[in-house]
Amino acid sequence: MKVLLRNPRRELEIEGPTTVLALLKRLEINPESVLVIRGDTLVTRDARLADADDIEIRPVISGGSNPA
Amino acid sequence: MKCRRCGQPAVIDVRRHNAAFCADCFVHHCREQVKRAVHDFDMLEPGQRVLVAVSGGKDSLALWHLLRELGYEADGLYIGQGIGEYSDHSRDATVAFADAQGWKLHEIDIRGQYGFDIPGAAFATKRAPCGSCGLSKRHLFNKAALDHGYPVVATGHNLDDEAAVLLGNVLRWETGYLGRQHPVLPESRGFARKVKPLVRLGEREMAAYCVIQGIDYMVEECPMAAGNKHLGYKDMLNGLEEQSPGSKAAFLFGFLERGHEHFAVEAGEEREALGECRECGSPTSNDDLCAFCRLRERAQGVDAPVELGPTRRRRNRGRHSPSRPTSAG
Repeated sequence: MKVLLRNPRRELEIEGPTTVLALLKRLEINPESVLVIRGDTLVTRDARLADADDIEIRPVISGGSNPA
Repeated sequence: MKCRRCGQPAVIDVRRHNAAFCADCFVHHCREQVKRAVHDFDMLEPGQRVLVAVSGGKDSLALWHLLRELGYEADGLYIGQGIGEYSDHSRDATVAFADAQGWKLHEIDIRGQYGFDIPGAAFATKRAPCGSCGLSKRHLFNKAALDHGYPVVATGHNLDDEAAVLLGNVLRWETGYLGRQHPVLPESRGFARKVKPLVRLGEREMAAYCVIQGIDYMVEECPMAAGNKHLGYKDMLNGLEEQSPGSKAAFLFGFLERGHEHFAVEAGEEREALGECRECGSPTSNDDLCAFCRLRERAQGVDAPVELGPTRRRRNRGRHSPSRPTSAG
């Protein structure tokens, strides 16, 4: 499957099938820090991903100044 | 996983609630969490006029969307900070969203209106850029609310932001900051009321809300924030959260329920004792210029010679005191 990572943007080819949780573990990514999107739909950590899937792992952690 | 509310296939799990939701029920969950925060902390009157601080990122655009959905007369304020392409993209995302929704957006361009930008300010002050950025945004959001007659400013600080700020302030026992860390800062002389309606929602939930609602937010991170302490605190807290779901909420809401009151008196006294800036009239602890006007004086016309970021901070280490912890107040 094609896996898109961000910040910095890069693409990996990873063999499926696997689960979201196993994929994140393999990439050493904390599931709390990302969303996993298949096509244009969010998937939960127990979802099975097929070899033909296009997956985006989108970071959700932002930080910087605190304006309030 | 199945949706806890309707039993349909879930698209997102929220482990601190021991729940998963389908798209529709997740949107309902987000609205309910905002309604509960607004109610519990007495943030807003029904349908009240609110100025929302928007950056083009997930939290601020989701907040604007949620407040409108809940019936508030919410307008946006975007502040251009002159951080190269990042600022260009963040403005594009904000303007596109406001235009698509047909909602009113105020804009301030720091460079055009005040003669400096954040990279220049970081270079001039030899401090981390996030400090100059936060200081400028706090001053300008407050000023814009007072100038345009908005009784309340709403910011997109979420549960993760607040827990990370709390961790930073506790690590240094910053009692003044701890006294000001609250989802509501009341109106006082020279200050508009400030509220944080997303305090019951994590940033993973806000990103999911945007994906589900088709809100095209800017995923790219600010290049000047990379590697800062605040992100480090979030990493640590997410490590705890993965091991023990609910840790971040327990940490923050435990403080708000049982710790905040012990620090609030000191913060209130500090606010009462503030004077007026001779340049802009804003409240200040200084008898002369407020922090924003001092920053403006030092940074006007200064161009940063190189891209500033964590590298800059590393280079300065040893020559300057450590950057101040993030203030939630």
